[in-house]
Amino acid sequence: MRLLDGAVRLAEGMARGEYSAGELARTALEQIARLDSGLGCFITVTGETALEQAEAVDRARARGEGMPLLAGIPMALKDNLCTRGIATTCASRILEGYVPPYDATAWTRLRAVGAVLMGKTNMDEFAMGSSTENSAFRPTANPWDGDRVPGGSSGGSAAAVAAGEAAYALGSDTGGSVRQPAALTGVVGLKPTYGRVSRYGLVAFASSLDQVGPIARTVADCALILQAIAGRDPLDATSAPADVPDYRATLEAGVRGLRIGVPREYFGPGVAPGVGDRVREALAVLAGLGAAVEECSLPHTEYGLAAYYLLAPAEASSNLARYDGIRYGRRTGGRHALRDLYCATRGEGFGPEVKRRIMLGTYALSSGYYDAYYLKAQRVRTLVSRDFHAAFERFDLLAAPTSPDVAFRRGECAGDPLKLYMADALTIPANLAGLPAISVPCGFSRGLPVGLQLIGRAFDEGTLLRAGHAYQEATSEWRRPPPAAGEGGAV
Amino acid sequence: MSITREQVLGVAELARLALDEAELAAMARSLNAILDYMELLRRADTTGTPAMTDVLPPWDAMRDDEPGATLEPEEWLESVPCRTGPFPMVPRFVEE
Repeated sequence: MRLLDGAVRLAEGMARGEYSAGELARTALEQIARLDSGLGCFITVTGETALEQAEAVDRARARGEGMPLLAGIPMALKDNLCTRGIATTCASRILEGYVPPYDATAWTRLRAVGAVLMGKTNMDEFAMGSSTENSAFRPTANPWDGDRVPGGSSGGSAAAVAAGEAAYALGSDTGGSVRQPAALTGVVGLKPTYGRVSRYGLVAFASSLDQVGPIARTVADCALILQAIAGRDPLDATSAPADVPDYRATLEAGVRGLRIGVPREYFGPGVAPGVGDRVREALAVLAGLGAAVEECSLPHTEYGLAAYYLLAPAEASSNLARYDGIRYGRRTGGRHALRDLYCATRGEGFGPEVKRRIMLGTYALSSGYYDAYYLKAQRVRTLVSRDFHAAFERFDLLAAPTSPDVAFRRGECAGDPLKLYMADALTIPANLAGLPAISVPCGFSRGLPVGLQLIGRAFDEGTLLRAGHAYQEATSEWRRPPPAAGEGGAV
Repeated sequence: MSITREQVLGVAELARLALDEAELAAMARSLNAILDYMELLRRADTTGTPAMTDVLPPWDAMRDDEPGATLEPEEWLESVPCRTGPFPMVPRFVEE
């Protein structure tokens, strides 16, 4: 068995007594020690904590206690999820030295089912980016080609799972930050419905768009992880009181009779031919399994990117006002004037992309520009959302590429932020509408992974998981490990 | 629409960001490129379309007013970069 075989299969092997949680944790630590100096998936490795958590699981199992499936499985958290007693940096200098006094609810819930934390993963600073090159510490490499980016902003989480440094990880998805890196590294990434998973303890970027989601080797793993983290949380007023269904119970239901819409706007000239071809082949597989696949239209798609890059920075400019040198992390100069302290701390603590978005958001919200930019974008958001509502009257799911192209070379978008923003064009609309979406690996173009994106109705993650699982069961190419993974964490 | 260096300086002041000369110039260039792209939104017909204020239909987010566990002040204060006793240290902001 290998860490690359995923959480469910690892759990089954552990239940059969083939290895212990301690052995799994040590295997993951060896894989991290072997690979991570080159890949840069982790900001903090919590080896000691992981071994303690794993031993606690082994002791409980030895006492004959019934254990949840995720108990003892090595995992990782994006470094914007607060962990009590463990540094949480958001890959930013401004949070240097910050050790949260509380846990994010998603992590509290995973701890409750015996998760073993290998560490905190690298990311674009404050989740602002699509390549994990905006980390203040170092970029993360793509395990398929070290000269290429792993996507972002949850690039460390995705690359860690792809390379077998962890069996699964949590990321956050504001405009595609779970799905796009999952697509670019050949793993599965799920963005749940807005409100499905508590955002308590997720460092806020854009509060009306942020959502915590799992990154894993299989759709079945994602179902198991979502089951553990989903549900109403009194600590997050935007977490929905909706019932959480048994996702694993419907996983095997197949796609026969499912109506899948294919929006033509998602296959425009900006989509690389190899990517479009792989996605169409994946749709043929789903059709072969009994789904009814039909073209449709989401006519306001072209406006999504522009609306998002006004709304998300506007929210960020407000959310990031709290980093002022008084309350958390870094503090620079300004001993005699409060305003100087604010400006110096923020000027030195934030990286260029974060500053750019704060500036853009402040501008869009400022007097005289609010109506032309922020309000206009909010109206466009309504149009994008209505497109989806209309489509879901005819279809159960929508299918599209996750990313317009495969992983690009490091530095390729340096100095051209707009070019980098385009990487999110196909993932952003689901965030604007608050809908669940999943990226499932669907083959390769130019030797690099391609992701199939499925978008579902609000709170209908079950159908997404069912279709993604049916696709994975019918195909095998996604099992191929990346060259950097070596043995893939064999235990 | 073109954003000038002076406007960038004004927005940086609102955002409490110290930017050096090189940053100011680079910021003006990139903001202009991004805002040029945003002009695309003008083409979207939003006549009579309300602004989206709720991502999903709102639900009652109120809870019972029952006291729960909270962190001790000392736990919060450990995050403060500069403090004196139980207080965060803040520069004087009222002139003597």
